[in-house]
Amino acid sequence: MGGNSPCASCKLLRRRCAKECIFAPYFPPEDPHKFAIVHKVFGASNVGKMLQDLPVHQRADAVSSLVYEANARVRDPVYGCVGAISYLQHQVSQLQMQLAVAQAEMLCIQMQQQDSPPSSLVLQKELVDDQKSFLLQNGFGGNFAPQVLNNVNLFPSGNVVFTPQEQSLKRESLWT
Amino acid sequence: MFTSSNSVEGSSSRRCAGCKHLRRRCTEDCILAPYFPANNPERFECVHKIFGAGNVARMLKMLPVDERAQAANSLFTEAYWRVKEPVYGSTGVVIRIQQEISAIRCELAKTLAQISMYEAHNAPRASATAATPLLQQLDTLGTQENMFLFDPNNPFNFS
Repeated sequence: MGGNSPCASCKLLRRRCAKECIFAPYFPPEDPHKFAIVHKVFGASNVGKMLQDLPVHQRADAVSSLVYEANARVRDPVYGCVGAISYLQHQVSQLQMQLAVAQAEMLCIQMQQQDSPPSSLVLQKELVDDQKSFLLQNGFGGNFAPQVLNNVNLFPSGNVVFTPQEQSLKRESLWT
Repeated sequence: MFTSSNSVEGSSSRRCAGCKHLRRRCTEDCILAPYFPANNPERFECVHKIFGAGNVARMLKMLPVDERAQAANSLFTEAYWRVKEPVYGSTGVVIRIQQEISAIRCELAKTLAQISMYEAHNAPRASATAATPLLQQLDTLGTQENMFLFDPNNPFNFS
């Protein structure tokens, strides 16, 4: 808190750190880089307004997420945090595909252990092998849409500006 | 390619959304104009509320021209999520996807373990199992995902 030592934000902004300084609880003087990066991306004034609009018990989490996003933006000035989301969603797709292959393999093993007439068993196994082959060739798990993202539109509506090269990126979007 | 909607004389009907909001003349070389058209004022207002026009202009200026459109889009997406979820913003989306990844990895590990069990039971002397290559990929994926792990106690965790 204010006290003898100004918080990191007041130190950077070269102002008196008041007792009720909104930044002080979240930007201690021992970690100047934390406020510096948030200030660089969002601006102190905007961060202050965002924190003021939140109940006190949610401000620490808000600061953590702002630091995370600011760091992402500094590391990747073009895509920022959105780049991380894109990468992680690609990982979801890869894992879903692998899960689908594993589950198909499991089904195959279970059918082999069933006590069925040989001809129908062979037909069932061929169908499952075909399904596995299809999944591997198409690189997607098919029916296993991410539950958490089913109702989430990750790209907000509104005019999104694309250059001609990015039209292909838009078609290949991984957003649900 | 989106065309600029700026104007030389500053006629209000031809100013970009940024200059209209900031009540200033929109010049021919306005950095905001190509990415914040006048017919979508909410897009600029959202970005201005979270990042500030000055920061947006500065960030766009630092980039090569062919990357600015994508940067403006990602800034808008982040601003949109921050307005929608004031506490976590787009970080909330990262957290939810990480939880999804965790759930799928659990399910995958369980299934691979079952496959290994069946194969061990049925062919104990088999040297390679179907699960082994998939298990190896699972380990590799885990390492890559940790690059973007959000830890509220260490929000700087970007390797």
